[in-house]
Amino acid sequence: MSDHWLTRPSTIRRLWQILIAVLVLTVLAEFVIEAHPHFAVERIFASYAMYGFVACAALILVAKALGLVLKRRDSYYDE
Amino acid sequence: MSSHPGLWLIAAAALLAVLRGWPRAAVALIVPLIALGLAWQAEEGRHWSARFLDLEVVPFAVDRLSRLFAIIFSLMAFAGALFALNQERRLELPAAFLYAGSALGVALAGDLLTVFVFWEVMAIGSTLVLWSAATPAAYRASMRYLMVHLFGGMLLFAGVAGHVLETGTTVFEAMQLDTPWQVLILAAFLVNAAAWPLSAWLPDAYPEASWSGMVFLSAFTTKTAVYVLLRGFPGTDLLIYAGLAMVFYGIVYALLENDMRRILAYSIVNQVGFMVTGIGIGTEMALNGAASHAFTHILYKALLLMSAGSVLLVTGKRKCTDLGGLFRTMPLTAACGIIGALAISSFPLTSGFVSKSMISQAAGDEHLFVVWMLLAAATAGVFLHAGIKFPWFVFFQKDSGLRPSEPPWNMRAAMVLVSALCIGLGIFYEPLYRLLPYAVDYEPYTGFHVVAQLQLLLFSGLAFFVMLGWLRRTLTITLDVDWLYRVLFAAIAVRLGDALGRAIGASEAGAAKAWSGVAARARALHGPRGAFGRTWPSGAMGFGVMAMLLAFLLSYYFF
Repeated sequence: MSDHWLTRPSTIRRLWQILIAVLVLTVLAEFVIEAHPHFAVERIFASYAMYGFVACAALILVAKALGLVLKRRDSYYDE
Repeated sequence: MSSHPGLWLIAAAALLAVLRGWPRAAVALIVPLIALGLAWQAEEGRHWSARFLDLEVVPFAVDRLSRLFAIIFSLMAFAGALFALNQERRLELPAAFLYAGSALGVALAGDLLTVFVFWEVMAIGSTLVLWSAATPAAYRASMRYLMVHLFGGMLLFAGVAGHVLETGTTVFEAMQLDTPWQVLILAAFLVNAAAWPLSAWLPDAYPEASWSGMVFLSAFTTKTAVYVLLRGFPGTDLLIYAGLAMVFYGIVYALLENDMRRILAYSIVNQVGFMVTGIGIGTEMALNGAASHAFTHILYKALLLMSAGSVLLVTGKRKCTDLGGLFRTMPLTAACGIIGALAISSFPLTSGFVSKSMISQAAGDEHLFVVWMLLAAATAGVFLHAGIKFPWFVFFQKDSGLRPSEPPWNMRAAMVLVSALCIGLGIFYEPLYRLLPYAVDYEPYTGFHVVAQLQLLLFSGLAFFVMLGWLRRTLTITLDVDWLYRVLFAAIAVRLGDALGRAIGASEAGAAKAWSGVAARARALHGPRGAFGRTWPSGAMGFGVMAMLLAFLLSYYFF
């Protein structure tokens, strides 16, 4: 069953291509969309894209750091 | 005379406890629809009022805010009942109806006494839902859950009693947080909202419920808390900070979690955080945003938990490390889970987009730059921890070798129904906006908003897959505040008990030693060989008597 079309390397490569194309499109869309921002930072080109990526990277790093201190085996409370 | 939809559900709970077979299914499906109709048509105003202990109670009052919550609670009771029809535990459905009915009771209460009564019934109903899972882990979690909620109920009772004594009125209306009683009431509300640091009860208890139980649990307790905060404490600055803390706590803990339903439990705290932040901002736009977000969240969180519950029922597994690749044989469950995941991430064309963006808009309108930035980061973080993580690890990720079939028809029907609502509300949002407490002057679908949201979400998706190696699931849990009362306080109690035991033992030993000393001394004096036990010559007695007589004579002479 591992030959399900969704799991083939060629499909996965194609999905990455589609994702990147969509990402580029959402950024390019800023040229045709009229902005009506609340704050000055929203005028920076691709600000939402950069912020989304950086915010998520930061959240993952914070989680990772917290995990170093607070992670325990999942049988921790059973003992 | 108007009819109270919550009491219909509570009456149905009693019927469901005794009925079996198709009459049971009929009651379970029809009564929530009756309640929904009653809630929809309820006219504004105070319908019932009475005097109790010389206080005015208004058990049934309706305005736009309470009607909105009454509608979604009834709708959720229906969807949950449909999903849970094949649940074999016969306690669960009556318990869930008692729980849902009392949540409606809180939403339709015009006074604080009625709020308190239904608040406590809700705690009992939800505990019974947990019990019906009938596992030792669920029982232990339910007892911790009950302790936290009884503590919250105690805070509420003290607050309400003081507030009523001081103001002389029982009316439930917006408070300024200027008396200690109101602080107690707010604290009680925040316990049920799962505000940090009293949030750990939720991810501790809910994932131990049965596959259908958690669908009910996710809907009522926290959203009733959102309702009472909306009514009692709109515009309280403290709530902005409390809400933001919940938002990020939920994301970070969900990122570290391995249990699929505990991921969704942390994500409840995260979503309620958005609502609490909106209530703290307190403008009409923000309150509309918080209320509508509660409405849409009940639906998409139920959908996510139905999808996870289906997986749990057919595979018996709940850890991401054991799951993966289920899309092959459970395409419908996977598709519905993905729709719920898109809605919680507030993707355009889903219900989350039209509700959550009002809260961000309100933060922008009020020039709360930091709050606005944090909400945007959190929106990206929701896609990360719930939007992609949940479907990815459960349905894709790797081939776990599991080939389960789809769940029974009623569960599939419930998922399809709620999926349709999640997408329908994202496209036809006008009916929802018309139900909101204030008139809505907001258009979610502007080109700029859609593009901005897509950039934010899709690039957080990119971050997820780029950093996937860092997110690999491990067989771990993450310690939370409940560690304090599960381990630290328990250890302190054991130590104190030991110390007390030793102290009692030591004092007993000391007393015994002292007593044996006294006894030995007495034996030494009075024993057969003691000074007082000796046989004295009679002359000695004669001397003694004479000395006494002499003392008597002297005292008589001188005094």
